[in-house]
Formats: sequence, C-alpha cells, structure tokens
Amino acid sequence: MSDHTTHPPTTMTKDDKAYWSANVRIITICLVIWATVSFGFGIILRPLISWIGVGGTDLGFWFAQQGSILVFLALIFFYAWRMNRLDRQYGVEEE
Amino acid sequence: MDQFTLNLIFVGASFALYIGIAIWARAGSTSEFYAAGRGVHPVTNGMATAADWMSAASFISMAGLIAFTGYDNSTYLMGWTGGYVLLALLLAPYLRKFGKFTVPEFIGDRFYSPTARLVAVISLLVASLTYVIGQMTGVGVAFGRFLEVDNTTGLLIGAVVVFAYAVFGGMKGVTYTQVAQYCVLIAAYTIPAVFISLQLTGNPIPAFGLFAETGSGEPLLQTLDQIVTDLGFKAYTEHHGDTFNMLLFTLSLMIGTAGLPHVIMRFFTVPKVSDARWSAGWTLVFIALLYLTAPAVGAMARLNITQQFWPQGTNAEAVSVETIESDPAYDWMATWQQTGLLGWEDKNGDGRIQYYNDAAPEMQERAAAAGWEGNELVNFNNDILVLANPEIANLPGWVIGLVAAGGLAAALSTAAGLLLAISSAVSHDLVKGRIAPNISEKGELLSARIAMAAAIAVATYLGINPPGFAAQTVALAFGLAAASIFPALMMGIFSKRVNNTGAVAGMLVGLGVTVVYIFLHKGWFFVPGTNSFDDSDPLLFTVKSTSFGAVGAVLNFATAILVSRATQEPPQEIQELVESVRIPRGAGAATAH
Repeated sequence: MSDHTTHPPTTMTKDDKAYWSANVRIITICLVIWATVSFGFGIILRPLISWIGVGGTDLGFWFAQQGSILVFLALIFFYAWRMNRLDRQYGVEEE
Repeated sequence: MDQFTLNLIFVGASFALYIGIAIWARAGSTSEFYAAGRGVHPVTNGMATAADWMSAASFISMAGLIAFTGYDNSTYLMGWTGGYVLLALLLAPYLRKFGKFTVPEFIGDRFYSPTARLVAVISLLVASLTYVIGQMTGVGVAFGRFLEVDNTTGLLIGAVVVFAYAVFGGMKGVTYTQVAQYCVLIAAYTIPAVFISLQLTGNPIPAFGLFAETGSGEPLLQTLDQIVTDLGFKAYTEHHGDTFNMLLFTLSLMIGTAGLPHVIMRFFTVPKVSDARWSAGWTLVFIALLYLTAPAVGAMARLNITQQFWPQGTNAEAVSVETIESDPAYDWMATWQQTGLLGWEDKNGDGRIQYYNDAAPEMQERAAAAGWEGNELVNFNNDILVLANPEIANLPGWVIGLVAAGGLAAALSTAAGLLLAISSAVSHDLVKGRIAPNISEKGELLSARIAMAAAIAVATYLGINPPGFAAQTVALAFGLAAASIFPALMMGIFSKRVNNTGAVAGMLVGLGVTVVYIFLHKGWFFVPGTNSFDDSDPLLFTVKSTSFGAVGAVLNFATAILVSRATQEPPQEIQELVESVRIPRGAGAATAH
C-alpha cells in the first residue's frame, strides 16, 4: 500500500474514491442510528415502546432525556475509531 | 459568615483564577491569538470546548425549562448533544484538514468567492450576537441574585469581566481559562444535584436517582406526575405539545450546534485530523456529564418546590404566609423576590399561598369550593431554578456560593468564546480579507479587540431586554447558525457540484428567511412589541420561531443545489480542493493567508 503516499495529495486515485465511499457508508449507518434513537425512540416511536417501563415512566422518556445522549457518545467514538482504522487501511493517514 | 460574603468569596476567587490564567497565557502573535499554535491535546481541547459551548443556557436555564414543562423540553437535551454527532461525522475532520483559521475563510476559499466569505461573516455575526444576548440574560440573573444588585448593574459588571480576559487572552488564554471554567461549572452543577438526589432517593448519582424510588417506595417520576396533576398541571412525563414542532426544534438545535462558528473553530486547533474526530467525542463526554444530570435537577427541583408549597400533601392545606416569612427553609423566597424574578401574593387573604394551575377546569371547581382566587405563586422565572435549587433544598452555604461561581463560569466562558469568533470574523475575514489586506499584525489584533468591545456593548444593551429566557434566546441563535452556516459547510465538503453562486444564494435565502421569521415572532431587532405573530399561534402551522432554523436549513440546501445546477460547475482546482479535504493525508499545520 506504500505507493499511495507517492501520489500528490490533490489527485484522487481509485483507492481514494473507494476510501471516500466507505466513509460515506459509515456516516450513513451512524446517522440512521442517530435519528432512530432521538427522533425515533425519543419522540415518534415513543408510544410503540411505551410497554417497556423504566423507573416510574417508559423507555421513550429515558431515550429522550438520557438514552440518546449515551448513544450519541458511542457513535462518535465508534466513528473516530473506525475512521482511523480506515485511514490506515487505505494508507491515507497523516504522517 | 453570611451568604452574601460566601458568594463574593466563591465568585471572586473563581474570577481571580480565570484572569490569572489569561494573563499567564497572554497571546503574542495572531496565530496564537486565534488558534493557540495548534498545540492543544484532544482531551484538553474537549474540556475547553465543553466549557465554551455550555453556556448560561445549559447551566442556568435548561433545567428550569425542563422542570416546568417536563418531557416536551427533552428537545434541549437531545438537540444540544445530537449536534456533536453531525459535527464529528460531517464537519470537524475535513475542516481541520483544510487548515485555515476561521469558518468564513473555508467558505470563501471553497466557493472561490469573496462574496461568499462576506455572507458567511454576516451569518456568523448575526448568530453569535444573538447567542451573546442569551448569555447576558444569564449573567444578569446570576449577578442580580448573588451580588444583590439589579439586573442592569449585574450585566455591566459581567460585560467588563468578559471583555477583560477575552481581549487580553485570545484563544490560548481562553483555552486554559475555559478548562478551569469547566472544572468550576461541572462541580457547581453536580455537587448540589448529588446532595438533592441523596435526600430524595438515597442514590448519589442524580442521573440514576431520576429513575429511582423516593422514601415512600414509589418511583420519583410517578410521585411527581401525581402531585403536579393533582394541582391541575400537565403530567411531567407525558407528551403534550405538538410533535411536528418538537421534531423541528430538536433538529434545529442539532444542526445549529454543528453550525456555530465558535464551536467549529475549536476543531481547527487540534494537531491532527484524527484528533479532530476524537476531540468531538471528548467534548461530548464532558458535556454529557452535565446533560445527564440536568433532567434529574429539573424533576427533583419541581418535586421539591411543589412539596414546599403543599407541605401536608396536595389535598391538604397550602403553606401559610407565616411559615414562608419565619421558617428558614423558605428564606430563598425572600431573597429571590428581591430580584423581581419570583413573586407571590395572598389574593384571597386566607393567610396561605395556593400554588396551582388556575386555568385547569377541575382546579377551578376545587378553587371555588375552597375559596381560592387564582394561583398565588404569581411569578416564577424559569431561569432562577438552577441557581435557587440549592437554597430550596436547604444545602449548606458554600454549595450556594459554588453554584453562583459555576453559573457565571458558564455564561462568561461562552461569551468569551463567542467574542473571539466575532472578533476574528471582523479582523481576519472582514478587515484583513476585504478592507485592508496589507494591514500589519498589530493592526489586525487591534481591530479584533475593537470588534470585541463593540460586540459586547451591543449584546449588553440587548441583554437588558432579552427576547426570552436565556435558553430560548440561545435557541434562536442556533436556528440562525443552522439556516446559514451548516448547510454551506456540509455542501462544501460533500458536494463538488455546488458552486459560488449556489452557495451565496443558499446562505442568503436560509439566513434571510429565518431572520424575518424570528423577527416577525420576537419583534424586529428583538424590540418588544414590534412582532406581528406570537409563538403560541405561529405564522406557519405549528412552527415556532425557535424551531424555524431547520426549515431555513432545508431552504438553504434546496436553493444552493438548484442554483448550482442552473449555473456553471466549479473550476477544476476547486474540485481538487474538495478532494484533498476529504483525505487526511498531507494535513500540515494551518497557515494564515
């Protein structure tokens, strides 16, 4: 994979394109989860999961007030870890 | 030692610390002034960004809004944290790779247009100024109470302090000052919450206490729902408002978070692209510590307050005026009454203060039978809740002093960060980038400082008559950032096709329509009484002015894409610039230009 670093940084190689579409795919998956826990479980889908009780109220309330925040944290750290790995895989990491 | 002296000691000591750090880290060159030479570790940067970003809205205002509305105001919790996901995934690493100092610089270069840069500067100034007004509202509330001065004097003192260290410190001073401020504010927020959670549920972690059982063996939230509905208020955990508006509001706050220039600037200051990704995560860790506690603070305070007014239970007699005046547990009511933000009145002259929802039909029956003549807790400003909370729960005097220092840390740190964004936009993007490109480094720094002074004067003036509670004013600022800056940045990275004309048209439409919508509901330039509509009956469906940012963002995206399609594709070198931004390889240190 060492030959990739010899390209000037402004030219997009075939691998660079694959790197970008892999990145976009990971972003899309993360954003689907992001929307599901907040807009979904926290607001719209709350009635559907209201049968699951959490300390005097229901799961949707927990997602709206705490659960989404915890999932957001997990998403950002997952993305950072996954992308730093992807950078190395495609040899596009910083020196 | 009396409470006033204790407050002075805590507030004074924390100020001395911040100013000391600002002097110690005084900026020399322009590069240090804006970005601290990029030597900031992701964890340090995360902590400073958290302090920078968590403002009076988060610290002073948010829990109060949750306490008196319940579930429906979860929007603030999700909105103000969910934006970090957008920031970390869609903006931070690419803007760091781009390697310039300011947001307008990126927009100007990517859209190869000084006009785009100018429009970005205007958007930034409008959003940041609105945001500073919200901070000043918080500063006024905090100083009004703790220094026992009126609101206007409090604002002026706060303005002088912010100005002092933002002007003399610059980014480096601000970064380390903000680390100190984070520590003060998180301790001030958490310690009283731990005490109160222990008192009510026996659980030392407030975030768990919220879902725990109280002394009676019943879950806290269930007790709360019960007593508030007994008094004719809406059940705390239930959804009452409009779902569409709730979705839009949450989305506006999220997009706005990712579009606020003073937050984005932070990610220019980390050493590497990979650090920018981690940095967003660390920032959210430090923010989450407060945000997971806030809903507990709100619910527990609501419970404590309601029980104070109905000490024998909601079906028995209300608290007597005599008790309020003589029992030390009610001292907080007298002290807060002085600020004019709390008021009660024995309307029916029965010697008791009945706190209930006098608009609820079932309560009108009970009131008629008992001889009540309306709710007698006539004024309870939501913004006082967090600051009054330790007093309501009868916590020791030093906790109250600490909360005073924390609230001010939150307001001042954000105000300073915003002023820095404002001053760099004016000096770097407007003066050096447009008016006088050959200006000396010294002249640039001078213009930065003049811009700060002007911004703080305007914000202080408008802060005296704010368009809403601190968190609501701040929500408007997020809406403006969402409608103008975020779409331009995102399209600049994720589309090679969006061109100069498209981006400028998009930003102008997004910002313009949102500004007009807000002014129509909140008054032109926030002057009270000049509004044609009210948020209780908004112009478009159920969309409140605080939620309109998401609509503005959609308009921005749509306009930019349509106009770009109809006009010429960006030149080759711009398309190459976009390609290089997408790849971490070759990210050097940032350069001024």
